[in-house]
Amino acid sequence: MTTATLTPSAAPIVHEKVIVRSLKVPIILDVFAIAALVFAFGIPRRGQSSFRLSTSTDFFQIPTVVLPTVATVVTVAILLVVVAILTHLLVAFSSRGRSPLWLSAVFTVLFLFLFLTWAGADLRGIPIPGLLVGGLALATPLVFGSLGGVLGERAGVVNVAIDGQLLFGAFSAALVGSATHSPWAGLVAAIVAGVLVSWVLAVFALRYWVDQVIVGVVLNVLVGGLTNFFYTKVFAQVPSLNHTTKFDTIDIPGLSQIPIIGPVFFQHTIIIYIMYIAVFVVWYALFKTRWGLRVRSVGEHPQAADTVGINVNRTRFWTVTVAGAVAGIGGAFYTLDSVSKFDKDITQGAGFIALAAVIFGQWHPIKAALAGLLFGFAENLQSTLGIIGSPVPSEFLLMLPYVVTIVAVAGLVGQSRAPAADGTPYIKS
Amino acid sequence: MTDVGTGSAGGAEPIHSQSSKLDTIEPGQQPNARRDPEAPFGNNLLREIMSGGAVLTVLAIVLALVVAAVLIAATDSGVQAAAGYFFARPSDLFVAVWNAVSGAYVSLFQGSIWNFQRTGFLVQIAPLMSTLTFATPLIAAGLGVALAFRVGMFNIGGRGQLIIGAAVAGWIAWSFPMPPVIAFLVATIGGLVGGALWGAIAGVLKATTGAHEVIVTIMLNYVAFYLVAYGLRTQGLLQAHGSNSPVSPGDLPNATYPKLSDLITALGGPATSYTVNIGFLLSIVATVAVWYLFSRSSTGFRFRAVGENPRAARTAGINVKWVYTLAMIFSGALVGLAGADQVLGTTTTGFNSGVDAGIGFSAITVALLGRSRPWGVFFSGLLFGALQAGGYTMQALQQIPIDIVDVIQSVVVLFIAAPPLVRAVFRLPKPGSTRRVRRTPAAVAEGNVK
Repeated sequence: MTTATLTPSAAPIVHEKVIVRSLKVPIILDVFAIAALVFAFGIPRRGQSSFRLSTSTDFFQIPTVVLPTVATVVTVAILLVVVAILTHLLVAFSSRGRSPLWLSAVFTVLFLFLFLTWAGADLRGIPIPGLLVGGLALATPLVFGSLGGVLGERAGVVNVAIDGQLLFGAFSAALVGSATHSPWAGLVAAIVAGVLVSWVLAVFALRYWVDQVIVGVVLNVLVGGLTNFFYTKVFAQVPSLNHTTKFDTIDIPGLSQIPIIGPVFFQHTIIIYIMYIAVFVVWYALFKTRWGLRVRSVGEHPQAADTVGINVNRTRFWTVTVAGAVAGIGGAFYTLDSVSKFDKDITQGAGFIALAAVIFGQWHPIKAALAGLLFGFAENLQSTLGIIGSPVPSEFLLMLPYVVTIVAVAGLVGQSRAPAADGTPYIKS
Repeated sequence: MTDVGTGSAGGAEPIHSQSSKLDTIEPGQQPNARRDPEAPFGNNLLREIMSGGAVLTVLAIVLALVVAAVLIAATDSGVQAAAGYFFARPSDLFVAVWNAVSGAYVSLFQGSIWNFQRTGFLVQIAPLMSTLTFATPLIAAGLGVALAFRVGMFNIGGRGQLIIGAAVAGWIAWSFPMPPVIAFLVATIGGLVGGALWGAIAGVLKATTGAHEVIVTIMLNYVAFYLVAYGLRTQGLLQAHGSNSPVSPGDLPNATYPKLSDLITALGGPATSYTVNIGFLLSIVATVAVWYLFSRSSTGFRFRAVGENPRAARTAGINVKWVYTLAMIFSGALVGLAGADQVLGTTTTGFNSGVDAGIGFSAITVALLGRSRPWGVFFSGLLFGALQAGGYTMQALQQIPIDIVDVIQSVVVLFIAAPPLVRAVFRLPKPGSTRRVRRTPAAVAEGNVK
């Protein structure tokens, strides 16, 4: 640090090529591979597992796949062990010193498949498209929320109020959407609501230097109290103000007819398509544009950013504003896509899972979105397994996002490093 | 709105102990500072929480009541009707607003302190006793959060610690027949231990891996919730025997906290409906204990030293990591006491997974309003207990949803946390400023920012 400041030319970017060979990813894969072996050999479930791959309304009908449970579980468990060993080798010998993200993703999908096969033995067929569609639906607010969280934290503003933004977004979308009978107006209202919550956060955090976690926690209570208050005072009295016109489902021509993938990803409302785009746009904006570089510099080293002429607090303010807008869209999903009315505490703490996704996704928009998808899928898995009857108590699946986040934040798995100036106000000297 | 973030923050607060802030915050001085378990901003946070006088507190409460009054008036049907013909007869609107707001706050008073509509002292004072009942767990949990604050930590895990504490206390209370007094004391200790264990997880993780306690405690809230939810629907764990619903068995009679009304009748007094119980005495004991800890004990001195400046504390030979762990254990234990209050004092006939009743989060606001001082927490717990008790009366008599209490609490804390904002609203001088300083352009600008 001192040498860098003394001789600026001696610190070119090339010097950053330090290969960190972290064993954290392989170790966690080991743990899951061992769990898979336990499922395969320790507590085997005999019989057959069937997967229903298409719904009755699909363009292409695919017959139900029936797999012998034991053989499938054993095969996949061995595959998982192979992948785990592969990551060990990649970390030890590859030039980048780490295994690619897609390998972890493949591992996760394989493990979920193994778990489903194991849990679904001798039950009615597991509806795969339904499982995925439901997971995507539950994941949508999480993805929007986590994108908002990533934006804020990359700029150095911790946003614990994601839940408040989702809740207020859902509420405003319901109110305005019902009053105008236009889902688009509701969507705009949700964006405005998210931005308003962001602005309160910004005023207290940036203007008055109040601890951001305090403001976030208090904002959640405030929004919860306000929406509950108005729910009882307004929505319960005038039900017509709480009955939205939902967005119509749009089938993407061509793509929506692909088996499995089509119904799962391309037969949705506009909000889900906005989500696909938003993930990419946030990633591109943060990592490929000048604006993104500024945002990240403000979050990592605000003093340096200030020195080169970036207005730290203005950048933070606008980033938090955008983050609020994104989270607000996530809130609109509840009342303009999922159900057509607002309910008390409709988010059920989704904002905190989104916060977990931010951390588990290592403050990276795409990874955070994937984490949100995983958490949403886990949540839907428990309800599906609950319906078809499963050996695993649903509470433990619901606990999963929180446990993995604790494991992640404790640094046991992967790198968990927040932006350096995350949560600290910038006070110009 | 944009000028909020345009760097006016630096200029607007020229006297705000700038030099000391620079010492502690070091914005971006060390890019890897976050790896350090000690967040330097914690010190500043502590100073913010603990500074500020009684005037500021009172003004914050007044502002919150004004905000709530606006909400109450805006959603009142009488006001809305009068607003419809405002230009015809404007006085009607003001009368309607007055009726709505005064009706609400009178019933708030009536439900929390003194019921003037009844006769007889013992009946009139009943709302105050109800306030004490509501305040009991708030004080205990608030003390827990405040204790962590004083050590520079943010315990948002009140909900989880309370749920686990309640589960342990309840399990002891219905499982083990014991003689009177001993039964509820043992169950209470069980609650303390349960909360302490749950708090210890965050403390140990912070001490050993540097995991930020805010994230860990938030996540542990949900883990605790689902853990107890699982226990409550599983025979042999927490579910009442032979029950189909997720409810625990009721406490054994000896394990419940004796109520004041029982005491009065035992002494030959008239029958009353006072629900305030021995738990309130335990909360007072806890307040004294926390006061003793911080003001008279060497452990408390170490706690405060770490809270003020962890690096200096380490230089002075204090085992900072152990202090973090121990503080979270103490903090969790106090929240666990609130859990025991809930199970042994309030819902003694079996609890469900909603046993927390929002106390875990309210505790944060209680601690902040009490400025993390033991007696401050005690009185802010009483205030919020009064709001709870009065809120139910307000809901019953004026059809104003109890959720308004959440709004009041959070607005109070927002204003408490930002003293400059309250000063700006009431155009108060900044502390330490003189008439001459007030005329500087920056100070004038701040007056306009409001």
